[in-house]
Amino acid sequence: MSRPSSMRTPLGRVRYLGSSHSGTSDFWRQRLTAVAMTLLIVPVIVIVLMLIGRNQAGAAQILGSLPIAIILVLFIIASVWHMKIGMQIIIEDYVHNEILKLASVMANNFFCIAVALASIYAIVKLSSGV
Amino acid sequence: MAEFTLPKNSKITGGKAWPKPAGATETREFRVYRWNPDDGKNPSVDTYHVDINDCGPMVLDGLIWIKNNIDPTLTFRRSCREGVCGSCAMNIDGQNTLACTKSMHDVAAGGAVKVNPLPHQPVVKDLVPDLTNFYAQYASIEPWLKTTTPTPQKEWKQSHEDREKLDGLYECILCACCSTSCPSYWWNSERFLGPAALLQATRWVKDSRDEATGERLDNLEDPFRLYRCHTIMNCAKACPKGLNPSEAIAELKLKMVERQI
Repeated sequence: MSRPSSMRTPLGRVRYLGSSHSGTSDFWRQRLTAVAMTLLIVPVIVIVLMLIGRNQAGAAQILGSLPIAIILVLFIIASVWHMKIGMQIIIEDYVHNEILKLASVMANNFFCIAVALASIYAIVKLSSGV
Repeated sequence: MAEFTLPKNSKITGGKAWPKPAGATETREFRVYRWNPDDGKNPSVDTYHVDINDCGPMVLDGLIWIKNNIDPTLTFRRSCREGVCGSCAMNIDGQNTLACTKSMHDVAAGGAVKVNPLPHQPVVKDLVPDLTNFYAQYASIEPWLKTTTPTPQKEWKQSHEDREKLDGLYECILCACCSTSCPSYWWNSERFLGPAALLQATRWVKDSRDEATGERLDNLEDPFRLYRCHTIMNCAKACPKGLNPSEAIAELKLKMVERQI
């Protein structure tokens, strides 16, 4: 971030706007979603293997099972949330232009919400046999 | 974006090759970063040959020998020459370390001893970096005992067990080898406090005599000040005192979670 290069003292520049008292929630959620994905990845792989080579009717039949649909939805939520936090961290690391950073973080949020909703919609649609 | 290349006026160009010392039977080649703020030229890398039979074994001994015998304009910080003051921190053979405790014989035989200033800091002259921001960050964590209880007649008491918790933290000499080796610090040195300041912050957060632990954590809880640390661990690799700032920062993050959950 470009800070005022005025005649502020070095300590004034370091303190600047102060602490935002945040960041811990994202840190915790990133670990939470990581653990969730570790637990879910095996059943998800099994489900994907079951789906290979089936037509839409076959897929709809497998996803019609409630536990299978729930496992897939949970996996989508955990992975997209993890992806959103991870991408935001990369943006904060490397993008220093304030406007570009704001736009990138916003785009990241929109993209992740869109991916999550589209995936969940597809699962729900297939599992309800439509 | 983060700057991945050096600005035009910081690119290294050429350099002077000084003649081998007359009468020396065994020499070691030193390639040393040079930059003079007064001559308006780009930085360069000068080549020197040190008579190792007339010189101590450490890289700092070599630099002092060069300054005394070849080129008195070579500028670097040094003081204690025994790894206590942290003045002679520099990048030697690609690794941030103290010139006084790094043996020139540890640098691969046959190769030149490459000496550069600590990375990603403004250079004052030659091997002297400007650490103003680094020191201000240390000041910002308020590295002193903070209490509200009236000061006792004798001393603030601390059990042996609580004192042991400060081991691995209090030994830090603030040489800046860790912070300047950290990519997160390179990209965000104005907002990320860096491993050294955070290790010191942990030292005060874990001090059983301190009464401002929560206030200290409040001051650190920030996506940039603390959470830029991605446990890359360059800090632990670089630390010439064998400390592990990465672990200290992980303890800070755990404390942040502990007070929320």
